[in-house]
Amino acid sequence: MAEFNIFEHEYVPEHYLVDREEEKAILKQLNLTKDQLPRIKKTDAAIVALETITGEIEPGRIIKIVRRSRTAGVFVAYRVVVV
Amino acid sequence: MQRIGVSKRIGNIKFAILSPDEIRRMSAVKVISADTYDDDGYPIDRGLMDTRMGVIEPGLRCKTCNGRVDECPGHFGHIDLAMPVIHIGYVKEIKKFLQHTCSICGRVLLSEDEIRMVTEMKTRHEVFGERADFVSLLRALRIEPRQICPHCKAEQKKITLDKPTTFRENGVKITPKDIRDRLERIPTEDLAILGMNPETARPEWLVLTALPVPPVTVRPSITLESGDRSEDDLTHKLVDVLRINQRLRENRDIGAPQLIVEDLWELLQYHVTTYFDNQTSGIPPARHRSGRPLKTLVQRLKGKEGRFRSNLSGKRVNFSARTVISPDPNLGITEVGVPEEAARELTVPLYVTTFNVEVAKEFVSRGPNPQNVDGKYVPGANYVISPEGRRIKITEKNKANLLEQVGPGWIVERQLMDGDICLFNRQPSLHRMSMLCHEVRVMPHKTFRFNLCLCPPYNADFDGDEMNLHVMQSEEARAEAKILMRTHEHILSPRFGAPIIGPIHDHITGSFLLTYKNPQFTREDVNFIFMRMPETPIPAPDVEKGGEIWYGKSLFSIVLPPDLNLTFKASICQKCDECRKEKCDIDAYVKIKDGKLVCGAIDGKGIAVGKGKILDKIARDYGTLAAKEFLEKVTRLAIGVITLRGFTTGISDEDIPEDAKNEIRKVLENGKKEVNDLVSKYLNGTLELLPGRSLEETLEVEVMRVLGKARDEAGKIAGKYLGIGNSAVLMAKSGARGNMLNLTQMSAALGQQAVRGERLFRGYYMRTLPHFKKGDLGAEARGFVESSYKSGLKPTEYFFHSMGGRESLVDTAVRTSRSGYMQRRLINALEDLKVMEDRSVRNTAGTIIQFRYGEDGVDPGRSVQGNAIDAVDMFVELLGGKEKKTLEELGEIETGALNYGEVDRDILFAEEDLEIEEEEGEEEYEEYEEESEREGD
Repeated sequence: MAEFNIFEHEYVPEHYLVDREEEKAILKQLNLTKDQLPRIKKTDAAIVALETITGEIEPGRIIKIVRRSRTAGVFVAYRVVVV
Repeated sequence: MQRIGVSKRIGNIKFAILSPDEIRRMSAVKVISADTYDDDGYPIDRGLMDTRMGVIEPGLRCKTCNGRVDECPGHFGHIDLAMPVIHIGYVKEIKKFLQHTCSICGRVLLSEDEIRMVTEMKTRHEVFGERADFVSLLRALRIEPRQICPHCKAEQKKITLDKPTTFRENGVKITPKDIRDRLERIPTEDLAILGMNPETARPEWLVLTALPVPPVTVRPSITLESGDRSEDDLTHKLVDVLRINQRLRENRDIGAPQLIVEDLWELLQYHVTTYFDNQTSGIPPARHRSGRPLKTLVQRLKGKEGRFRSNLSGKRVNFSARTVISPDPNLGITEVGVPEEAARELTVPLYVTTFNVEVAKEFVSRGPNPQNVDGKYVPGANYVISPEGRRIKITEKNKANLLEQVGPGWIVERQLMDGDICLFNRQPSLHRMSMLCHEVRVMPHKTFRFNLCLCPPYNADFDGDEMNLHVMQSEEARAEAKILMRTHEHILSPRFGAPIIGPIHDHITGSFLLTYKNPQFTREDVNFIFMRMPETPIPAPDVEKGGEIWYGKSLFSIVLPPDLNLTFKASICQKCDECRKEKCDIDAYVKIKDGKLVCGAIDGKGIAVGKGKILDKIARDYGTLAAKEFLEKVTRLAIGVITLRGFTTGISDEDIPEDAKNEIRKVLENGKKEVNDLVSKYLNGTLELLPGRSLEETLEVEVMRVLGKARDEAGKIAGKYLGIGNSAVLMAKSGARGNMLNLTQMSAALGQQAVRGERLFRGYYMRTLPHFKKGDLGAEARGFVESSYKSGLKPTEYFFHSMGGRESLVDTAVRTSRSGYMQRRLINALEDLKVMEDRSVRNTAGTIIQFRYGEDGVDPGRSVQGNAIDAVDMFVELLGGKEKKTLEELGEIETGALNYGEVDRDILFAEEDLEIEEEEGEEEYEEYEEESEREGD
């Protein structure tokens, strides 16, 4: 079975790995601590696929998700990787 | 400062089963005596009220912890059962263990290979956080139950459960003692696969050998006025258990006949079972001497009156009132009429300071029941609270004394008076408009009264509805309610961004009558209308010579803001291909210029709830207070007009001339003939198939289409004879109440009745009713009703109508309970979320739920149909008249606010269909409550 790149699917939003240096700025901007961020499992299909690009993503890293939104056009969300 | 982050986190929760050993270890006393108190009223030693299990009488001390009544938390005792009995709560588990383990060696009835397979599957499930039940695992792996133990080769007999507590092996009873022995033989290694955590439980603990006795504080006895003691139901039940236990032990020890021992053993089982659950199916409930069934453990927790729903989820409040509601068009929309009797009971605390000490003393001096010289209500005071917190009732006797004492630091509980802030609520509170802040108006008589514009948000009518009133006790609460919950702050609903508070029924009819075709009014008429709006000056007449005359449109214009500009099409608009604008024949083109109604009739589209464009525009552009004033004025005006003209509707409104009836008959006849043609085509196979449909489906679709068309045509014919001069038509067309379909059904024909969107087919073999031939596919035989409500239905039609009617009844019943339950669960999930200052949505732990509210941060209550701004409207306002024309010509926009306040009818009015079910509403609510409970358990 040929591997399908899930990011090519219409319904899968864009996922980006946030640089470690940027993390602080983002958390500050959102007035958050890391444990208050929504989570995403390390085993999530999107993370697994993302790892093929970025290499291993350790728990605790922040993922930036850009998706289409019915109300706001484009919407940016963040998630923290958990085990 | 708010604390962000999780302050306390639950590490883990462990569920386990009490072992007999543990029951004895945590026991403070082994209870052996079935007696409670001795003759002196002192608890008997080792009895059910032993003071080692805690104390309930003041003066006594607990023998275990030496605490007094409120200090001792109570301690468990235990009863050693003479013979083991089944725990009714674990019957299912016991059955599983017996059926899947060997009766001889106790091993699970699986080969080593199968054990490995099941274990592997189980762990795989658990990785995904799912629980895997042993039986469903077996089913998933297609493992059949075995008759021979794979370990010791012993043949297995069939275990059945004779409900509630008797187990049989090949039909022969097995005693709880045998069951316990078997469960003991199950090796600990086999427990995990069977779904029991070997670290916390053993299967034999599911059969009781020791019974915990709850602390006395859990089952307090009460002393009646006569001095008699009355014991708690649990105590009664424990007495039974102890008595039978005692007899069983004696009989067993003296070697009584097996039969007697077994009978007693069964009796003990019965008592222990009913001690846990007195509603076990299959056994009669244990009763009190009076014949009332006892309320035992399960009954204490379960149901609406149970611990969870009544005591833990249910909260009760003071300073509230509940009574029947009735309408009062003379009240403002922010007011609520409160009966004097309720106002006397409801109080507001007045904190006495040096500034208001005179006022406070005045209230105290009035006492609890003051009246003025006309016998009218005057607010007094019921209680004063001293600085030490003592609550003193004000009476005629101690009034003078209290008056001297009251000073700064005291609190006077003053009775309700006009202008007080309170909350008004009608259940079910499904949205935030179900609880609004009102100003009190104390009035005579016994009902709560409010303005009719508030019926839609509360979903209230006056067929016996009751509502609740809450009086706030703190300044902060009042301030918050006044700012956030005032009725006029909720004119625009966050549910669909359109008005939800607004004119209804007669208000719409009234304003339509006032403006449609611009009628004339004399001085007398105008005086009559304006007498109910004393604050509004009567305008100058439009025509002065030859008698004073006022036009309806100019009378309506005085309630509009002076600079309002708006154009839209009224509800009566027939959607002609080319709009004739101002020259519209039926006055359906509404144009308001500089606050003057130039043309058009004001009907549903203008002011009604959910679609009123004028109301919507005023609420948005002029503020909620202006909208409130507009609402109050326009409803009074409309009621004045409709009262002046008089308005009525009745069965004769559906009368149509004989010619029309003949015409309708002909149309329906043709329709039926067409159906017959279709049927014969179907039978001889010449019916042309529709794409993607079978022959049968094609016939049904075609028939439905033909009959639907026939009904519509019949309706049109009836409509031709029913003009706007007809009250029923006027209401339907103006959007006040009802629609043309309703009228068609009343005057022309009911049309095809349907169940699940299909023609009727159920009933007898090959036919719906015995009045028809078998296999008849014609219109009449399959539920087409050609009679009207007015003419009356034929017997067969009556049956068909009942079938269709039953479906809609069941549908709505199911729908309301289902959606109610869904809403409840949704709200339980969302209740602690709030929108923070940075517009993010967070829960109480500060965790992000949504980075921006609704992703765009727009408050739907202030949006234009969900959009943050109405760009078209802004352009029109900025560019003014001339450019508007250019824009119009460009074909980009219509005029004015494009879709101002317009909502798809079904969003709001789907509810209207439910009105018939009102009476059953309560029951439905119950139903989903039940359902949710099952879920909760």
